[in-house]
Amino acid sequence: MGRYVIRRLIQAIPVLLGATLFIFAIVFALPGDPIAALAGEKRQDPNIVMIMRDQYHLNDPLLLQYWYYISGIFLRGDFGKTFAGVPITQLMAGKFQVTLNLALVALVMEAVIGVLLGLWAALRRGQAIDTMILAATLLLISVPPLVTGFVLQLWLGVWLKQAVGTEIFPIAGISAGLRSYLLPGFVLAGTSIAYLTRLTRTSLVETLRSDYIRTATAKGLSRRRVIGRHGLRNALIPLVTFLGADLGSLMGGAVITETIFNIPGIGLQIYQGVYLREQPIVVGIVTILVLVYIVANLVVDLLYAVLDPRIRYE
Amino acid sequence: MSNDPQAGPVQTVTAPSPPGKLKKEAKPASLWGDAFYDLRRRPMFILSVVLIAILLVMSFWPSLFTSVNPFDAKTCELATARQGPSAGHIFGRDSLGCDVYARAIFGARNSIVIGVSTTIITAVVGGLLGLVAGARGGAIDTISSRITEVFFAIPWILGALLITATFRSANLGIWIVVIALAVLAWPMTFRIMRAAVITARNQDFVVAARALGASQSRVMFRHLLPNAIAPVIVVSTINLGVFISAEAALSFLGVGVQSPDISWGLMIADARNRFLEAPLPLVFPAVFLSITVLAFIMLGDAVRDALDPKLR
Repeated sequence: MGRYVIRRLIQAIPVLLGATLFIFAIVFALPGDPIAALAGEKRQDPNIVMIMRDQYHLNDPLLLQYWYYISGIFLRGDFGKTFAGVPITQLMAGKFQVTLNLALVALVMEAVIGVLLGLWAALRRGQAIDTMILAATLLLISVPPLVTGFVLQLWLGVWLKQAVGTEIFPIAGISAGLRSYLLPGFVLAGTSIAYLTRLTRTSLVETLRSDYIRTATAKGLSRRRVIGRHGLRNALIPLVTFLGADLGSLMGGAVITETIFNIPGIGLQIYQGVYLREQPIVVGIVTILVLVYIVANLVVDLLYAVLDPRIRYE
Repeated sequence: MSNDPQAGPVQTVTAPSPPGKLKKEAKPASLWGDAFYDLRRRPMFILSVVLIAILLVMSFWPSLFTSVNPFDAKTCELATARQGPSAGHIFGRDSLGCDVYARAIFGARNSIVIGVSTTIITAVVGGLLGLVAGARGGAIDTISSRITEVFFAIPWILGALLITATFRSANLGIWIVVIALAVLAWPMTFRIMRAAVITARNQDFVVAARALGASQSRVMFRHLLPNAIAPVIVVSTINLGVFISAEAALSFLGVGVQSPDISWGLMIADARNRFLEAPLPLVFPAVFLSITVLAFIMLGDAVRDALDPKLR
């Protein structure tokens, strides 16, 4: 298995380099001069400008700048500094944690709600409850987070608070701990909940048709055991694949949710980074997200063997 | 971008249409004939087609639905900002005192144009590349597959945010949104087309066509494409809804459609600050947006169910 992990990590290198180079090249082309922007309307000393441009390698060609940047990350763990001199790692540490929390809350909601709804629909296939669950997934997929975010903010944040008298779901910020992540977490997870429900349903319906399920039932096992031990466990692999791939997309997609609920995570940070032309911030965040995506997919691949002992890594 | 796990390759077993005229009952139903027969009986399909037809009329001739021209600043009155619904303004006024209903109607055009163009570009570019990669294999396949892996690793709303922000000064209007979305979404169509082509590549009729001396391009366009296109059509229809939603998200973030152009995402962003006191100017564009996305996703769902009887 060690060799398998190493091979997978080596395969991930071109993906990582390609993705970061793509982002770097776009950010490189961002209009405007960040050094000139630093001083606002004031006149700058040309010598200082020259030194600063030199210090940030702004006069070098694209590929050379990229090389300085990427080698800094992987050889020294140095993500660079903002143009105001703050190290990116320091700037991002807290914000990364916030977005990770948000994405994890979303992921847990997704796994719990999605699997339960899918299980329910699969066991009642063709009945009214199945049709209702499928209709609900269609609705969840179709209503953009932009809309669910504001609607839930109004209903569960404001109206519920007025009705009950106490604040149950905070509508902005993260000062209330886990509670403040619930509403944005659900908004972020919305579409994925629907996909996971559908996936669980299809996967389970297919599994429940197979011979070993019939054997297990014929042996006289209880229905709970047949479905839990034999059905769900065998239906789990596509679900884990989906969940693993989703962690990266949740973190990347958090920018809308973070804007709506005013959550100080990397989504808001990258949005500001784009506007302030802070290239190091933008590329740094995307690089980390690409890493999250690669590692999450690797972990998923390794989990296969746990879920299904027939799978071996050579 | 849709990552619908059910949208995998659809088994296609199109029977080649028989030569000459046959009696009606003897004619074997083709995949598409079958699918269409099935679709006409689905309420979901009919509902989505009606909704899409209304949206298309709305985007081509918005003045059929409203007599107010929202591009004419004289129709806005600042004094009536955020006024609730009244006789002449059934959805009320927004924060600049403009008619919300008229703006929501005129907003359809940008959403539809951006959604449809992005879908066409990704389907053609991703589809053709996927066809060639799947049919040829070898170096072309390896290189293009590696390139798509790179794009899959980039979080796509952030990627689109970057591209639109970077090239905003190029004055491409709404087309920069189309370009940004298409650049990041084509690998999806590529992957699906490639998988479907690889499945079809070794089937007997393709081998037979090759043995009969058919050229590479004839095999590709006459035999492989018709047998691999169904899943691409399904995913493209669903993606159309996803692109419309993404456009709204980008406009909301301020990098998509720019004022004075009208977009539902932009209307949502404008109404956002006073949303808790005056929710209506935000709710109406949100409803339009949701229904539009719903219509396309419903259509895609219905078409997929009709093309892939296995999932029923």
